[in-house]
Amino acid sequence: MSDRLRGYALFASISLLLLVVAPLALPAFRLDELAKYLCFAIAALGIGLAWGQGGMLTLGQGVFFGLGGYAMAMYLKLHDAGGDLPDFMVWSGVEHLPALWKPFGNVGIALAAVVAVSVAIAVVLGVLVFRQRVRGAYFAILTQALAAAFVILLVGQQGLTGGTNGLTNFYDVFGRDPEAEGTQRTLYFVTAIVLGVLYLGARQLVKSRFGRLLVAVRDGEDRVRFLGYNPATVKTVTFAISAAMAGLAGALFVPVVGIISPSLLGVVPSLELVVAVAVGGRYALAGAVLGAVVMNYAKTSFSEQWAGGWLYLEGALFILVMTLAPKGAVGLYEQARDALARRRGVPAPAPTAPQEVAA
Amino acid sequence: MRKPFFRPLAVAALLPAALLTACGGESGDGANGGSGGNSGNTIKVGVLHSLSGTMAISEVTVKNSEMLAIEEINAKGGVLGKKLEAVTEDGASDWPTFAQKAQKLIKKDKVATVFGGWTSASRKAMLPVFERNKALLWYPVQYEGLESSPYIFYTGATTNQQIVPGLDYLKEKGKKKIYLVGSDYVFPRTANKIIKAYAKANGMEVLGEEYTPLGHTEYSTLVNKIGEAKPDAVFNTLNGDSNVAFFKQLKSAGFDAAKLPVMSVSIAEEEVKGIGVQNIAGQPVAWNYYQTTAGEQNAAFVKAFQAKHKGAVTSDPMEAGYNAVHLWAAAVTKAGSTDVEAVKKAAAGLSLDLPEGKVTIDGPTQHVHKTARIGVIQPDGLIKEVWSSKEPIKPDPYLKSYPWATGLS
Repeated sequence: MSDRLRGYALFASISLLLLVVAPLALPAFRLDELAKYLCFAIAALGIGLAWGQGGMLTLGQGVFFGLGGYAMAMYLKLHDAGGDLPDFMVWSGVEHLPALWKPFGNVGIALAAVVAVSVAIAVVLGVLVFRQRVRGAYFAILTQALAAAFVILLVGQQGLTGGTNGLTNFYDVFGRDPEAEGTQRTLYFVTAIVLGVLYLGARQLVKSRFGRLLVAVRDGEDRVRFLGYNPATVKTVTFAISAAMAGLAGALFVPVVGIISPSLLGVVPSLELVVAVAVGGRYALAGAVLGAVVMNYAKTSFSEQWAGGWLYLEGALFILVMTLAPKGAVGLYEQARDALARRRGVPAPAPTAPQEVAA
Repeated sequence: MRKPFFRPLAVAALLPAALLTACGGESGDGANGGSGGNSGNTIKVGVLHSLSGTMAISEVTVKNSEMLAIEEINAKGGVLGKKLEAVTEDGASDWPTFAQKAQKLIKKDKVATVFGGWTSASRKAMLPVFERNKALLWYPVQYEGLESSPYIFYTGATTNQQIVPGLDYLKEKGKKKIYLVGSDYVFPRTANKIIKAYAKANGMEVLGEEYTPLGHTEYSTLVNKIGEAKPDAVFNTLNGDSNVAFFKQLKSAGFDAAKLPVMSVSIAEEEVKGIGVQNIAGQPVAWNYYQTTAGEQNAAFVKAFQAKHKGAVTSDPMEAGYNAVHLWAAAVTKAGSTDVEAVKKAAAGLSLDLPEGKVTIDGPTQHVHKTARIGVIQPDGLIKEVWSSKEPIKPDPYLKSYPWATGLS
């Protein structure tokens, strides 16, 4: 029981760190960057759930991140335009507001769409794919192709989506100036709180009966099926939850950073998220969050020192982690403990059940 | 055996803590804010281009010429008695990164101004950052116009200094039927909108308008379409690698410069090397500067640049980047301060002799007066001027002085 208490104490102290210490210690500009990392952490949490717990290697989370981001950006653009056409439509030669855009003038619909569109697409994809028992590398390739196709679609429809430019230049984020320090601070708190709530929610899910079923599906899908469960449903629901998280992350990213563009959603950014989760430790939700924050922080600070070098380091780090510490940074602790135990001649503890590793 | 509930979080707790202490040290940087980069014995200026990714090949050359200008100014004692200190950042060919790095340069490094950008997308991404922070950006590349931010100086051409003269040239040569080919992004689409309006008013006919994705390399279908349409000339707004494939496939289909002139607005000396001069020799291009442009200023610029970068060519965007640094320094000297509003005020009407000739900043639009030059690509890869506007053309980003352009913006 004291372990559990200690766990809560740790969560509380991280919350304290993020909600009190960081806003006091960091200059406004760095706090804004931290908010960006937390947005990626939300998307990474979804990957941790789908991949780490459910074994679904999704290489296309950028699609859902983008759907959420564009839904939010479309609302902000329409709000700024105040009845006129958004600026990029004017340059692109569009004369009337496209029908697709009309619902996004309403803040309620736009916010609902952030989650709903991602979930709907994930469910449709999940039903089609998981019922056909497509899994493993085939599922990974499929999601990656989806990310590639989504980017081509966005770039090609310049009048509808802003093309390669994406959507940017928002003057008014829910009645506030997006570049003002107060607004950025508020956005940071919102992002941190959303991450905390989603983390706790995801933890509960993993601890629940559903979570055990999910891990069982990951480790022995056929056995689960023979026991009378439908793995397709379990996987579809999980995939939809991870899509919703990515959608929320995208929607928060837009006001935090001030832009959404196809370059954020394609194959490479989707892969970078997965790499971050792997480096942090995919079997633990905390590892996914940690990986996303640390990797993105490293990316920013590294590119300030050595432009262009980050990609090499990221690749090298990924290879190192995959070969030496497949459970990522968070798993290192357990690896080290097991190695120590072996040295002392104490038989290593029986292979830990995956759901316990996850905790 | 009960496992601790949140134990992995222990590890998670350590790293952000380290991260915070690492960043915390920066908070002291804010102490010298206000005057904008003017602290101690140096003035910090930002240089923000893609040093990695697909745009690096073009943008690094502009970065190099901007660094040359900074060195030249420092060699002469700097500005206001202080040396310039360049803070270089990588936009990584990624527009959101440009916005973030611009934030960093303004807020953390407190630079006096930023020189940067190439693609319109990167400029559009940076624009809100500079406007909200009331900081200055000098953008060195020809672009599609229809923009005039109070916090951006545009030292490249707007449409009436490049595309419209290009069309005038084609019209003068009696080309009546034209075909439009472009990459699918904002510059070609906007440029073609303007070209169509011009064609309508000038008795020209647009036979077709085709866009291909950035990086596209399969042009045989498009070349066939052009062959069937039989235009007098093609107006080309393709960008980057696509030009290599397009010109190769055009040439192998039997269309050379004599049979079908292709007027390009994104191909300069640097790009000619990549396309292969045998594929493109004899084709016309529209710019405001060539390496061969006559004048002492240019001879000195080319010599200085080649002394640092052996075998390198100089191109229009490079020259515009070089100009930007010198124009800013002149404005700061005139203002006696690096304060953004004072520099803006001093810059209006400012005139300098630069490699392309006399360059004057137009106060209201913050664009520059530029001489339009049509050139023909030579077998040695350089570009020879065959036509020029008699004097620098006043920038008109919204094409307000052209009756045919009403309704475009």
